[in-house]
Amino acid sequence: MSTIELVGVSRWFGNVVAVNDVTMTIGPGVTGLLGPNGAGKSTLLGMMSGFLPPSSGTVTIDGIAVWRNPAMYKEIGLVPEAEAMFDSMTGEEFVLANARLHGLADPHSATVAALEKVEMLEAKARRIGTFSKGMKQRIKMATALVHEPKVLLLDEPFNGMDPRQRMHLLALLQQLGTDGHTVLFSSHILEEVEDIAGTIEVVVAGRQAASGDFRSIRRLMTERPHQYSLSSSDNRALAAAIISDGSADAVSLTAQGLDVQASDFGRFVHALPRIARDAQISLFDVTPADDSLESVFAYLVAR
Amino acid sequence: MNAVVMRLALQSLLGSRRVWILVGLSALLFAVAALSRWGSGGAVDVSTGVITNFGFGLLVPIMCLLIGTGVIAPEIEDGSIVYLLAKPVPRRTIVLSKLVVAVAVAVAFCVASIMIAAEIAGDADGKLALSMGVATALASVAYVAVFFMIAVLTRNSIIVGLLYALLWEGVLAGYVPGVRAVSIRQWALAPAEHMVEGNSSIAITSEVGLATGIIMLTLATVGSVVVSIQRLKVLSVRVSD
Repeated sequence: MSTIELVGVSRWFGNVVAVNDVTMTIGPGVTGLLGPNGAGKSTLLGMMSGFLPPSSGTVTIDGIAVWRNPAMYKEIGLVPEAEAMFDSMTGEEFVLANARLHGLADPHSATVAALEKVEMLEAKARRIGTFSKGMKQRIKMATALVHEPKVLLLDEPFNGMDPRQRMHLLALLQQLGTDGHTVLFSSHILEEVEDIAGTIEVVVAGRQAASGDFRSIRRLMTERPHQYSLSSSDNRALAAAIISDGSADAVSLTAQGLDVQASDFGRFVHALPRIARDAQISLFDVTPADDSLESVFAYLVAR
Repeated sequence: MNAVVMRLALQSLLGSRRVWILVGLSALLFAVAALSRWGSGGAVDVSTGVITNFGFGLLVPIMCLLIGTGVIAPEIEDGSIVYLLAKPVPRRTIVLSKLVVAVAVAVAFCVASIMIAAEIAGDADGKLALSMGVATALASVAYVAVFFMIAVLTRNSIIVGLLYALLWEGVLAGYVPGVRAVSIRQWALAPAEHMVEGNSSIAITSEVGLATGIIMLTLATVGSVVVSIQRLKVLSVRVSD
């Protein structure tokens, strides 16, 4: 049982702040690190895996600093997002080399066990260069699991996986979590996290936006007010009609048209065509402004 | 020293396209040596010029650049170095293991190329081949260490290495006397000069004395190794694309 602890961690690159004063504790089980691209997830994983020093704050695993401490890798398994491996080696050779680098007593049986866990025994004799993206991902998993680490860190592990491979990896991570490993994986896709992680940490623009049980965070996300951008033949008249109808909370005029905020999403989308028709206004454009994950996250941060 | 790191280094070095560039450079040297023999009838003063200026002065640093950067730069570039670094292996061990492989390959390859080329171009009782073989062996160790250091310090190791080898040692040293004394080429030539002393037909000259040459080569090598180890301890690796 291991615990990753970040206390007041910031990391900047020159003038750019990638991670801003993050404090989190990640215990045994599966935790999802969720955030849009560029939110600082990889920087956080980089610091947890000892490949980046925090500019301020501390990153420890079971109380021991990770930075400049290669001995920690006995307890850490890392699955990087980058695909490059030693392409001229076979899957088995590569996992075996990793087992040997860990100084395992029986690298051969550890290799077989790891390949079995990721269902790569059949393809073990093929060169890595010939593997599909999903197979490479599984070989990366095998190298990370070969020394049975207490902590497993995965950067965007589901990228490029087909549904069957995803299901398999989900089951594997869940099993590891149930067995008491501390598993942390990053993702920018909400649904990936939903299926597996008991706890999630949401980061947006380098800050910790939400933390805790997935269901409560999901509720926060769906109950948020919805934003729409509209343009029409008569924006002022449409604004008046929407407000008097009462289906939206706020309407503001912009250079392009109207921005509308509605807390009752269903009621507004049904009312809008009727309002426009009754007022004899033509709608040119209706765009939900906040369907992107970024705006969902932005809402969480603003709360 | 770690046998796995060494084997991986050797495998990626020999499995890369760099090997074919090395073989090509070697073949070029042999071709030029053969031309020189054909043109001069194997005159030792002519072959000395070919071996020291073209072979030792130009090709050896380029070969060492390919080998010294080849054992680490591609892994840093594509991020696969992560698999070596995320292991309970001291960074010192990783640097030393990779360097031993690179030095062994460079010494074997460069010394063989220079000595064979000397025999092709024309030699006096093997004196040219032997003295330049020694100079090449010493230079290879220092070049590989320096280029390895450049590879862990910058992503543009080939360009920086070429600038050093061609611009600093090749061009500037021709015009600026002070620059000439600060070059691996001149340091490594010192023992060769010492070995052919009194032989009027083999004109090998170094800017520095024997002791200075050996001391500077040692300092450059050890210094590069120390810097490489320190740098690898704090190397920030991209874990993502």
